[in-house]
Order: sequence, then structure tokens, then C-alpha cells
Amino acid sequence: MHIHFLDPYRPRVSPIHQLDPRVKLSLTLVFILTAALSPIGAWPVYILLFSLALSIVLLSALGVGYVLKRASLAFPFVLAALPVIFTIPGAALVSLPVGAWRLTATAPGVERFVSVALKSWLSVQMAIVLAASTPFPDLLLAMRALRIPRLLVALFALMWRYLFVLADEALRLIRARAARSGQSDLPGMRSGGSVAWRGRVAGGMAGNLFLRAFERSDRIYMAMVSRGYDGEIRSLPLPAIGQSSWLTLAGGLAILGLILGLGLIF
Amino acid sequence: MLLSPVAMHIPDGFLSTLVSLVLWAATAIVVGYALKRVSKDLGERQVPLMGVLAAAIFAGQMLNFSVAGGTSGHLMGAALATILLGPWAAILVLTTVVGVQALIFQDGGLLAMGANIFNMAIVGVAVSYTVYRSVQKLSGGRKWGVFTGGFAAAWLSIFIAALGVALQLAASGVSPANIAIPAMGGIHALIGIGEGLITLGALAFLYATRRDLLHIGEPAPARGGLVWAAGLLIALLLAVASPLASVFPDGLEWVAGEQGFLEAAKSPLYQVIPDYVFPGISNTTLATIIAGIVGALIVFGVALTVAYLRRNRQTTG
Amino acid sequence: MHHSIEIEHLSFAYPDGHPALRDVTLRIAPCEKAALVGPNGAGKSTLMLHLNGILSGKGVIRVSGMELNPQNLGRVRSQVGLVFQSPDDQLFSPTVFDDVAFGPLYQGCPPDEVRARVDEALAAVHMSEYARRVSHHLSVGEKKRIAIATVLSMKPELLVLDEPTAGLDPRARRSLIRLLDELPLTMLVSTHDMLLVRELFPRTIIMDEGSIVADGPTAELMSNTALLEAHGLEMP
Ligand SMILES: Nc1ncnc2c1ncn2[C@@H]1O[C@H](COP(=O)(O)OP(=O)(O)OP(=O)(O)O)[C@@H](O)[C@H]1O
Ligand SMILES: [Mg+2]
Repeated sequence: MHIHFLDPYRPRVSPIHQLDPRVKLSLTLVFILTAALSPIGAWPVYILLFSLALSIVLLSALGVGYVLKRASLAFPFVLAALPVIFTIPGAALVSLPVGAWRLTATAPGVERFVSVALKSWLSVQMAIVLAASTPFPDLLLAMRALRIPRLLVALFALMWRYLFVLADEALRLIRARAARSGQSDLPGMRSGGSVAWRGRVAGGMAGNLFLRAFERSDRIYMAMVSRGYDGEIRSLPLPAIGQSSWLTLAGGLAILGLILGLGLIF
Repeated sequence: MLLSPVAMHIPDGFLSTLVSLVLWAATAIVVGYALKRVSKDLGERQVPLMGVLAAAIFAGQMLNFSVAGGTSGHLMGAALATILLGPWAAILVLTTVVGVQALIFQDGGLLAMGANIFNMAIVGVAVSYTVYRSVQKLSGGRKWGVFTGGFAAAWLSIFIAALGVALQLAASGVSPANIAIPAMGGIHALIGIGEGLITLGALAFLYATRRDLLHIGEPAPARGGLVWAAGLLIALLLAVASPLASVFPDGLEWVAGEQGFLEAAKSPLYQVIPDYVFPGISNTTLATIIAGIVGALIVFGVALTVAYLRRNRQTTG
Repeated sequence: MHHSIEIEHLSFAYPDGHPALRDVTLRIAPCEKAALVGPNGAGKSTLMLHLNGILSGKGVIRVSGMELNPQNLGRVRSQVGLVFQSPDDQLFSPTVFDDVAFGPLYQGCPPDEVRARVDEALAAVHMSEYARRVSHHLSVGEKKRIAIATVLSMKPELLVLDEPTAGLDPRARRSLIRLLDELPLTMLVSTHDMLLVRELFPRTIIMDEGSIVADGPTAELMSNTALLEAHGLEMP
């Protein structure tokens, strides 16, 4: 049993894949910042950001369908913003009778809701391209370059390494539970037990998982110690950033800066 | 979907830049301090332990169970991590979990990551610690203290963290306080029961097999008092601020309205170029949209040309 | 001329009071390849953890003439390449390169030397093209080879392997045996694989209940059916 679906990385030959991970991470963050900074209802800015995002998706050879499908998975959260359609005062668009109440959608409300949804959708696309075009070890390197503390980067590395191992263990536990969750034909026997009981079963499995994690971390510690680990986190120096990467970074920042500037004017 | 803990991971685009950056700053300070504490107080054995436990929390989130009406109980893990590792290491473990979820699965945004770490790793852990430690003290380290404390810590950590999310959304102007707070609070009061039950089950299992891992009756960790006080303060603040905010939403609306510096910067610029129009087009809205489309076409053209050139090179080369 | 390993009167009990080693005395000469066999729970893994100072019982251990004590723990650990049974515990870094580089990095090698050692160790296990690969996507056989490379990069004098062929399919097992055969190092290998013992190791040490119960030429011990049976072993 081997969990592959957890790794979002999709190897392709593309300029986006070849980009230095440090440049990629920085530009992704600046893109998301640009989207966040653009005002509500700045439609031209959104169009520009969207065309930029779409261009990057095209260049990445990941497949527009793949990225858009994944991006829609992050969408349910927009429900949280739904009420603003009706609560922000302004010119009424439509009015729906809901029981004794009338819900009135206002123009500024709709504008705000659509803006938030768009910004979110654009940002998540870039995050998906980053994850799908960059092997996680390269992201770790980029995190180090962005001055994330070493210990934290080491924890990210360990968590990612054992994500797969422990997810395998969790799956085995889930299968074992499923294999024993029969249904009785006897009248009056309700299968599945009470919520509290089901919770405790799941909890017992979680406890089991944690116990195994404890024991495994002991063995990992021994393997680390036997190779000289002394509590300090060490790593090889980061490779130099090539000139073309610097240029890409400068170009990307210039484009995003321009778009942000447009947001100011319009 | 909204009833899963996904509702706790805020994506990008929802929080205003100001709220995001303020929470990033707060998170950086607390996590930085936790890193210092952990390096100082805990042995080198803790590093692999924290990494593997972070993976275990993630894997534990796969062990959902059905609660009612199509919703399922999940694990956030703040309470369990706090009980097993103490508050400082738990903050780092949850930070790692939230970070990996955002980077790999886009579960929560990148600019919003500061807020998500703040809610789950800092608020979640501090509240868990305060509750668990207090119940432990009351019970004098007896068995019921472990279980009641664990359940209560798990439930309250989810509930208070959810109130935090709701307040942040309200302060960003994307969800009115008088709707977001009761909705998030209500839903997570239920989800918290699932978290409590899983935590309880896990504690019962560990209590039976490896009681030493639960550190029952051990003295408080270094600066534990600080976390205890912070947890109490956060819990009280959010529990008091939320009802207030939902009754008097104007304060938050004001924050939400004032925060966008671009929005603020926008208006004077409008006055500098009051009649900015395309030649021959007198409608400003139309002009801006046309400008946007022209820009988009330029960017698109470049991307398509590059893609086309690359394909040609691949087929010929 | 000193021995690669000298163990004198080593005894050890786990914190729960369970005695796992009782008065073990053992010498292994440089470039000797010895197998350590015995039933489950005999104390093989426990003994191996002592060679690296991860566990420390009562008694004296010398590695390449150096007595094992807290002062020279680091040097002893670079001399003894300890490979654990589960490669998932041995390979704790995201990529193969990072894992093989871990030992040299902690030995304090400069960056170029680290890279050179990684190349050399991966070449020695015939896995040169795997450097950029991610550990969790490898097969068990590949993981075992990389696990051996992670200690070869430290340039040890002595290789200590815990159940290297467990869980391998016949082909992976065969290629691992060939690899162990060609590595010019002193080796102490614990195993339940008696065919492997007969094929590769001139010397066999039998452990049971924490003590060494027999130690001699493999061919001789293998023909002593009574001895093998008494300690839960089977003739291949
Ligand atoms: N961490 C531990 N705590 C307590 N007892 C232990 C521990 N590890 C091992 N033991 C006990 O020590 C004894 C020797 O165990 P060891 O793992 O060394 O055996 P082994 O010869 O390697 O067995 P196997 O062939 O199953 O790997 C066993 O009885 C075992 O139960
Ligand atoms: Mg063993």
C-alpha cells in the first residue's frame, strides 16, 4: 500500500517547473499580496491578474482543467462571505421573499462578494501552480532562503517525509475498522453504535496512531544520533541564484507592480 | 463542506491585507518565542518527535467519523498535541501542520497563513493548555481530570478558535459580524464535540497503554504560567468580544471600511485624473473595462506566443 | 594490530528491568564478515545499538582500539555504520541526497566534500541516479540500498546491519547479497536468513536469551543440527 495522491507535485517540462523555487515562492506571495491589495470592484485589475494567472497556468503545462478543478475545491469557503450580498447598504438589485422576511441583494453587496470570491480564486490558482510545479524539497530550500528558522524548516521536512508513512498507517487502521463494521440482520439492532461510541473508536485509532508515531520517532532519533546528530540543525549552503532567475524575479515584480499601480488609478 | 474543519482554514482573498499582516506579525513573534523555548528547554529528541507527531495529526484527520446529518467529526489536534508535548512544542507542531496543509493542499491561504496559524496553533494551544492545566489542578492528577480536561480543552479550543476566525472575517468586511459570529460559533460548538470525542478516545487509549506519555502530575513546563494566562485572556476576550461585536457590528465595519489603504489612496487619485477616459469614450466605467481587456490581451498574447514557440521547438527539435 | 570490535563482559537491562544482554564477549577482526543469528528477542538488535553508544550497558566496548565513552562517542559513531531494520526509520530526510549527506554534514565536512561523498556512496550501492529522488516513492529494495549508502558516506570502518534482507523479494535480495559481498568492510549482520548466512559469512555467532551460545565457522555450526534446533534455528 502506497499513498501517492498526497503528493501534489506533477513533473512536467515547463519554464514554470524550471524556475528557481525561491523566485517562484516569492512571486507567488507577491501575486497573492497584489490580489489582496487591489480594491473591491477593481475589475480591470482582476482581469489583468486573471490573464496573468491563466498565462502562468498555460506555461506550466499542468493543464488548465487540472488547476481550475483543484481551485474549485477551495471554493466552499465563499459561503462565509455570502451574507454581505444582503447586508451592505446600497442600491437594491433583487429582492427575495424569505418567509416573513425580504432579502434584498444590493449592488455594493454583490460587488464585494464577487470581488472576494475572485481574489480568492486567483490566489488559490497560484498556490496550486506553486505546489504542483515545485517538488516539496525545493520549497523547503526556498523557505530557508526566505529566512524561515531552521528548526521550523526541519519540522516541515520531517512532517512531509512521514506524512506518507503515517497516512499509510491511518489507512490500514481505517480498513481494519471498515472490515469489522458489519450490519446485523436482527430486528432492533441498529448498526454503527452511538455517536459517542463512534467518536471513541475513531479516538482509539488516533491514539494508536499517536503511539506508533511516538515509537517511530524514537527509532528515527536513534538513526539520526548514530549518524552524528547533536541537536543542532545543519544543512548545506544554498546554491547561488542564477542571473536569469534574478531577471525573472525583477520582471515578475515589475508586472505585478504595474498591475497594482493600475489598481490605484482606476 | 462548511461543517468540516475546512471552515477553520481561511483561504487567501478573504482577509484584508491589514488583518493578514497584523496576524502574521503576531504569529511570527509567538512562534519565534516558542522556537527559542523549545531549543532551550527540550532535548534534541524532541525534533524528530515533533515532526512525526505533526504527520500523525495530519494522518489523524483522515480518521473522521460520522456525527449526524452528513457532517463528520475531525481532528484539529491542538488539545492532543498540547497534552502530549506541552504548549511550546505543540505550537510548533500545529504551525507545521497548518503550513504543510496550506503549501501542499491549498487548505488555507499563504497570506492568510499567519491568521490560520494564529487561530489553530496559538489560540488553539493556549486555550487547550489553560483548560487542561486548570482541570488537572482541580482533580489533583486523578483519572477523571485527564479525561474531563482533555474533552473540555478540545471543545473549547475549537469553539474559541472559530470565534477568532469569525471576528477576523468581520474585521475584513467580508462577513457581517452579527451573522458570522453566531454561525461560526454555532457550527463549531457542534464540531467541537467531535474533536472532544476523538481526543477523549485517544487519551483513553494512551492512558491504558502508555500512561507516561500523558505527563500526569508533572510540574508545569517553563513559562507555562505565561501560556496559561494568555489562554485565559484569549478565551475571555473572544468570548466577550464576539457577542459584543455581533450586537454592535459598527465598530468592526468601521475597521473593515478603513483598512484598505488602496481604497483610501484611490479617491485622491480620482481627483487628480478626474476625467480619465479613453480617446473617444466618455463613459469611465466602460473605459476602465476596455483598458483592462486591452492589458489582458497583451499579457495573453505574450503567454500564447511563448507557449507556441516552445511547442514548435519541441516538435522540430 | 587491534580488532575492529572488541566487546568484553557486556550486560544490559532495559529500564523496565528486562535483562537483554548477559555477559557478552566478542571480537571481530578487520575485514571479517560475521553473521549474528538467534531467535526473536535474543538481543541481537540490543547488542547492535551498543556498538554505537545509543544504549550503554555494563562492560567494555572498543571500536578500532578506541574505547567507547562519552568523549569519543562522535568518533566511534563515524567508525560504525549502523543500518536499522526499517528503512523508513533510517531515511528520515525528504530526498535521497539529503539523507546520504546527513552523516558527512554532521562529521563537519566542507560542502564540496559532502557532495563528493554522497556521489561516492551512491555509486557504491549502484544508485547514482537516485540522488534527487524522494525517499517515500522508492521500493523497499531501493530504500535498503540507500540506507546502506547513508552510512557508507561517513566512511565507516565497520558496517553493522540489522536484518538487511527482511521484506525483500528474491531479486532485490539477490542484488543486496551481491552488494554486501563486494563491499570491502568489516561486517556484523543480524539476520534470520540462513541461506544468506551460508552464502556470505564465513563466521556465525548464535545468540539466545541475551548470551552468545555459539561462535565459529559457519559450515561447522550449520552441520550441528542439535545446536541449531536448541536455539530455534533451522538448517538451510
Ligand atoms: N525498548 C525496549 N524496552 C524494553 N524491552 C525491550 C525493548 N526493546 C527490546 N526489548 C526486549 O529486549 C529483548 C531483546 O530484544 P532485541 O530487539 O534485541 O531482540 P532481537 O534479537 O533483535 O529480536 P528480533 O529477531 O525479533 O529482532 C527482547 O526480549 C525484547 O522484548
Ligand atoms: Mg531485532
